[in-house]
Amino acid sequence: MTNYAEPVLAGEVLRLEAISVSLSGRQILEDVSFSVGAGEFTGVIGTNGAGKTTLLRLILGLQRPSAGRIVMPNEARSRRARSIGYVPQKVPLDPDMPMRARDLVALGLDGNRFGVPLPSRRRAAAVEEMLRAVDAERFADVRVGHLSGGEQQRVLIAHALISRPRLLLLDEPLANLDLHSSQEIVSLLGRVASEQQVSILLSAHELNPLLPVMDRVVYIAGGRAVSGTTEEVIRADVLSGLYGHHVDVIRVHGRILVVAGDENENTAAHESDIVVMG
Amino acid sequence: MQQLLTSIFEPGFFSSEPVHVALVIGGAAAIVSAIVGVFTVMRGQSFAGHALSDVSTAGGSGAFLIGLSPLVGFVGLGVVGATTMDAIGVRRVRGRDLATGIVLGGSIGLAALFLYLGTTSGATTGATQQILFGSIFSIDSSTIPLVIVFSAVAIAIIAALYRPLLLSSVSNDVAAARGVPLRLVGLLFMAALAVAVGLSSLTIGAILSTALLVGPAAIALRLTARPGIALLVAGVIGVGVTWAGVLLAYDSYYWGTSRQGYPVSFFIVTLVFLLYLASGLRERKG
Repeated sequence: MTNYAEPVLAGEVLRLEAISVSLSGRQILEDVSFSVGAGEFTGVIGTNGAGKTTLLRLILGLQRPSAGRIVMPNEARSRRARSIGYVPQKVPLDPDMPMRARDLVALGLDGNRFGVPLPSRRRAAAVEEMLRAVDAERFADVRVGHLSGGEQQRVLIAHALISRPRLLLLDEPLANLDLHSSQEIVSLLGRVASEQQVSILLSAHELNPLLPVMDRVVYIAGGRAVSGTTEEVIRADVLSGLYGHHVDVIRVHGRILVVAGDENENTAAHESDIVVMG
Repeated sequence: MQQLLTSIFEPGFFSSEPVHVALVIGGAAAIVSAIVGVFTVMRGQSFAGHALSDVSTAGGSGAFLIGLSPLVGFVGLGVVGATTMDAIGVRRVRGRDLATGIVLGGSIGLAALFLYLGTTSGATTGATQQILFGSIFSIDSSTIPLVIVFSAVAIAIIAALYRPLLLSSVSNDVAAARGVPLRLVGLLFMAALAVAVGLSSLTIGAILSTALLVGPAAIALRLTARPGIALLVAGVIGVGVTWAGVLLAYDSYYWGTSRQGYPVSFFIVTLVFLLYLASGLRERKG
């Protein structure tokens, strides 16, 4: 019998207990467990289709697990949505949409409430402060649809953070960004995590851009996951166990290459990690 | 000065009761259409708005046939159609398009039947013209209270849903994660859309109602980057073109010698079109 009276670790923000999900008969995730501590930066790493988005949607309560449970200690169920900030994957922002960066950030404060917002100095000040925190003041009055990908990410992050959540979920925020913008976003996230006392759970198919800031990694492959520090998880024996066949982990010039090819799949699982170093 | 004014406002414009009724009903319809229209464009539901105008055609012609006010038919069947569209295909954008198309097809069929019966029964030869292209000068002033009630309901819905509508037009996922009841918001918005289309059908006819719904909104979206201002600008443009259309239609009776005025709908739709082109030029410059 499962003991549900497990002690809550001090500062634990989120805990997944043996989560399994199947969608229309297909097993997406199987027996996934990990926890996220206060102020921690966790990277959820896996190839496209590994189940990263599903995992984030489960945590948000937009999808139900077929087994297991998700706990946010110290958070009533009804308040869960409000204590999680969310930046979804690929938000198509129409260039014609009449919405400035500033307006979108303000919606993060009270966009779920009914009624027309009254002009408020406190609201405007909170928006201004948040724009400053993500270095978005420069383009605060530009239509969101006219911003670059990196600028849009900043605005969406500000939108997600302004309600002061305890946990920030980002789904592939670095996909579609060039190297420079993606480094900027990563260092921004590392900074806000400590400044705003928020735990960050970020999904990505590339490990390396996150190495400077990541406290923990949740590595997903074949529907299963291992979690721990980078040193604990990104090891040939651990990942070989996860993939069920031999995997090489090569550390070179401060980068990590995971080569997970097998007889069915000649390409490396993390092709994008295999970069000729200059 | 006096001369200029009388050449703009032909004699009797301000004392004519049909003009008063047209200005009140047209103004209310324009405001509701513009406000709902901004969100329709932002949500990418212009096609649903267009389909609802076909549903309105069926409703209006049906109401005409059984002797009810066309407005009751426009809005009544519009709301039923909106709810049906929502019920068939809310889950996906693609589903929404299909549901819209199916409801659209069915209602044009009904409209064809009702308009045929309406014309062949003889007594009401103007039905087709009135339902499809509007005849705002022939509306009885007793319709005004109903127009006001419908307008108030639609505006109240939009005011209540203002922030959730904005948030979900940015991203449904974000809105859902924030606990916005997307189904309820979508359904209520469709109801407001049906009312807007119904009111605008009464003003410029069911076929042309999309112009008043989407036109001022599309122009406003080009002119301002702020959501609240966009609503205001769209409202002003909507009322402006509608009242100008009423005035021009009234004046057109005195143009030429045939003593035959042009329809209001023609002027309103033409003004919307010209303003849209002009706003494009301004945008390219800016």
